[in-house]
Amino acid sequence: MTGELLPEIWRLWVYLEATPLLGLTLTLLAYLLGLWLYQRSGQQPWLNPVAVAILLLVALLILTGTGYPTYFEGAQFIHFLLGPATVALAVPLYGQAGRVRERLLPVLLGLLAGSLTAIVSAVGFTYLLGGSRETLLSMAPKSVTTPVAMGISEAIGGLPSLTAVLVILTGISGGMLAPGLLRRLRADPESTGLALGVASHGIGTARAFQLGEREGAFAGLAMGLNALLTAVLVPLLLGWWG
Amino acid sequence: MLESLALLLGLQLLGEVLVQLTDIPVPGPVVGLVLLFLGLCWRGQVAPELATTSQTLLGNLGLLFVPAGTGVMLHARRLGEEGVVIVAVLLASTVATVLVTALVMRGLSPGRVR
Repeated sequence: MTGELLPEIWRLWVYLEATPLLGLTLTLLAYLLGLWLYQRSGQQPWLNPVAVAILLLVALLILTGTGYPTYFEGAQFIHFLLGPATVALAVPLYGQAGRVRERLLPVLLGLLAGSLTAIVSAVGFTYLLGGSRETLLSMAPKSVTTPVAMGISEAIGGLPSLTAVLVILTGISGGMLAPGLLRRLRADPESTGLALGVASHGIGTARAFQLGEREGAFAGLAMGLNALLTAVLVPLLLGWWG
Repeated sequence: MLESLALLLGLQLLGEVLVQLTDIPVPGPVVGLVLLFLGLCWRGQVAPELATTSQTLLGNLGLLFVPAGTGVMLHARRLGEEGVVIVAVLLASTVATVLVTALVMRGLSPGRVR
């Protein structure tokens, strides 16, 4: 029975693998499963739905011997939506414009301090721990949203695809660690959002929206402005550092 | 839904065009964000349709990072060799960034310290 069933399933896989449908559907299903596990576990921070989905997909692709480019052929349709989602951040930001104006100076200085800390600590710690030069350069823009970070990485001689992975890992670690840390600091919703957005871009922003509309809007603001700031600061800082 | 999606994509496109024309070191979608924000300030309100579409996109933001994150499989060897360093750096840097950002913002907001 299985002797006949398995080749049949395999034949089907090979056929479907060639269409974008498979990568697209698997990404959605893996994420839904990740979300379901996260809800079922009572929102355990270590069961981050993005991390769970990535682990499931990597395991499946390795088990079936499917290459990443084949998978991405379908998954790119989801990846593409990062662009319009970034533009859409203007909407919650507009909703919170009054609160931002009220605290403009603290917001801007917090942002600048956080952005500098993210870059300097990423590059500095990698250097101190003896990481390779490619890793070090790919690490510099890791707190910025994926498409921007990949562009910066390419410009300074890092590996854009490695940067994409470091960006996601940064996002996941921020989503896991930051809310607990900020609660212990008794940070107000605006500071909480700003810290999440600066440290871990869109994944941090997604986490901030779960905490509340105000947290989410400030995280979105931080993510957008940090993308601008990091694009300017990284080449400047690396120029000094040599 | 369709109109607001066209608006978001159109502004992203406009952003990309502006970046190409002016060489500003900013990604196209971020320019689109600024343009939409200015447009909303000018109109003075958010159309309910745009609010729904952006809520749908932003409510599922995590999903959009999954395809790029799965690219981790391309770097299996590097992660094997430098994985400990990479994870240590990411955790330390994230904690430092969160603390500095929140403390600076709170420190500069007198009367807000609770």
